[in-house]
Amino acid sequence: MSTPIIEIKDVNKWYGEFHVLKDVCLEVAKGEKVVVCGPSGSGKSTMIRCINRLEEHQSGRIAVDGIELGDDVKAVEAVRRRVGMVFQSFNLFPHLTVLENLTLAPVKVAGVAPREAESTAMALLERVRIPEQAGKFPGQLSGGQQQRVAIARALCLKPAVMLFDEPTSALDPEMVGEVLDVMSGLAAEGMTMICVTHEMGFARAVADTMVFMDEGRIVEVAPPAQFFQSPANERTRRFLGKIIGH
Amino acid sequence: MNRPGRWIKANLFGSPVNTVLTVLALALLWQTVPPFLDWALFSASWGGGSPESCRQAGGACWTLLAERHRLMLFGLYPYDQHWRPLLAMALFVALLAASSHRRCWRPWLALAWGALIVVASLLMWGGVAGLVPVETAQWGGLPLTLVIAVLAIVVAFPFSILLALGRRSELPVIKAVSVGYIELVRGLPLVSLLFMASVMFPLFLPEGVTIEKALRALVGMTLFTAAYLAEAVRGGLQAIPKGQFEAADALGLSYWQTMRLIILPQALRLVIPPIVGQFITCFKDTSLVTIVGLYDLLAATKAALNDPAWRPFFVEGYLAAALVYFCFCFFMSRYSQWLEREVAKGTR
Repeated sequence: MSTPIIEIKDVNKWYGEFHVLKDVCLEVAKGEKVVVCGPSGSGKSTMIRCINRLEEHQSGRIAVDGIELGDDVKAVEAVRRRVGMVFQSFNLFPHLTVLENLTLAPVKVAGVAPREAESTAMALLERVRIPEQAGKFPGQLSGGQQQRVAIARALCLKPAVMLFDEPTSALDPEMVGEVLDVMSGLAAEGMTMICVTHEMGFARAVADTMVFMDEGRIVEVAPPAQFFQSPANERTRRFLGKIIGH
Repeated sequence: MNRPGRWIKANLFGSPVNTVLTVLALALLWQTVPPFLDWALFSASWGGGSPESCRQAGGACWTLLAERHRLMLFGLYPYDQHWRPLLAMALFVALLAASSHRRCWRPWLALAWGALIVVASLLMWGGVAGLVPVETAQWGGLPLTLVIAVLAIVVAFPFSILLALGRRSELPVIKAVSVGYIELVRGLPLVSLLFMASVMFPLFLPEGVTIEKALRALVGMTLFTAAYLAEAVRGGLQAIPKGQFEAADALGLSYWQTMRLIILPQALRLVIPPIVGQFITCFKDTSLVTIVGLYDLLAATKAALNDPAWRPFFVEGYLAAALVYFCFCFFMSRYSQWLEREVAKGTR
């Protein structure tokens, strides 16, 4: 088997006294789709935020594409170039138009020519099906449209890995579908993805691997068929019972 | 009843209390407005050429302004060279007007401001192109007020942004220096700061090195204004959600790119009102440079009233000076309101 594109080994993290990540180990292969779920406060967001160093881990090893994350700023920059991230609250830049949101990083960080960045951005807006909104400001779009712009923005740097941190949790129910459609399309094209989400229908359809976290630990890692039908762990069973039972 | 009639009944005589208030207000106006109009217009002296004509007229002495306005506006600047500061001010006002149009918000505008500062300085200083050199000690009146206010604002603004960023920095030394500076300067009255800049600062300079008085006052004003502006800017920085920093980080923007492209454009438009408020304060505070012996607009007005023959008409002199201050401050205030609306267009 080829080397994993993401390697997390024995990672521990504390917020002051609070132990948020406990000996977390996870490997993600190129093209693999991982869905992480678990109760709130279980450390799932913190784990994926460590992958592009929005959070620092205190011990253990995290490497992306063979680059180990640490205090080395160059390594952090290199990892961020390879990893796109989509946030729960979109975090678009409200003072820039949709198109400017998309071209900012390619032009300023990657040094792409503005014209080229614009055509890439327009192609991505086509892909998330909102090219007609390119000239608008984020505040003029619906939540679902904003999140699709955010996905396009993350794709502009042509990342090798996409991280999704509860991308549909802040959306009105009728807008969840359009965002999940875009994510499924991305998965079908072979993008390596780690999604923190409670959309179990999406997980069943798209995931190669399910990860269940509780109290800072990875409790269970399994393919979706096994994960949903016969979870090995008692806590996984209870959690699934709660969120699917309704 | 017709419409005005209804309006008057509803708004002026709607209740017994309203009726009493309306009558009282009318009586007050009757008592004050006609005498004021009589003083300011009908009995005023409009240019008899001497204080004598004013005494005869009995009303406002606008003759004072006709006779002494050049001293009030230009202070000790050589009389036959007054066209130079006048031209500099005209250029300044023209550029100010140009900056009020969004169409003019192009890179050339920044260049034009840079050019204005150079051209205006050369005009005021002289010594080139056959202009008689004029030392800054002779500068005075409105040009001096504008030079100190504009330069203090232009220099203090970027400095204050650095201070505000420094105060939020995670680097302990930078943070400590910024906090120390802001708190120290905010804890001092401007008068004492100007006095220190003017009197104490030269004591620390090596012998033979002197810095001109106007420049020292300018440094004092700048340091003072920057400390207050920094706190206004910090308020804006604190209002920016954490998600904006995270999104910028995730895209790989550096600290300075994040600040310049993402955070400051949003933070600064939030704090336009307090920032312009500070600009207005700075403009009016320039009148304090008189304590270090500079003749700004107010001090020059005072000097113009020094002549015993004109002294009885100080009210007219100060009214005129107040009107000049008001015009500039009111412009800034309106400009800030317009700017707020302008930058908010489309974003929500």
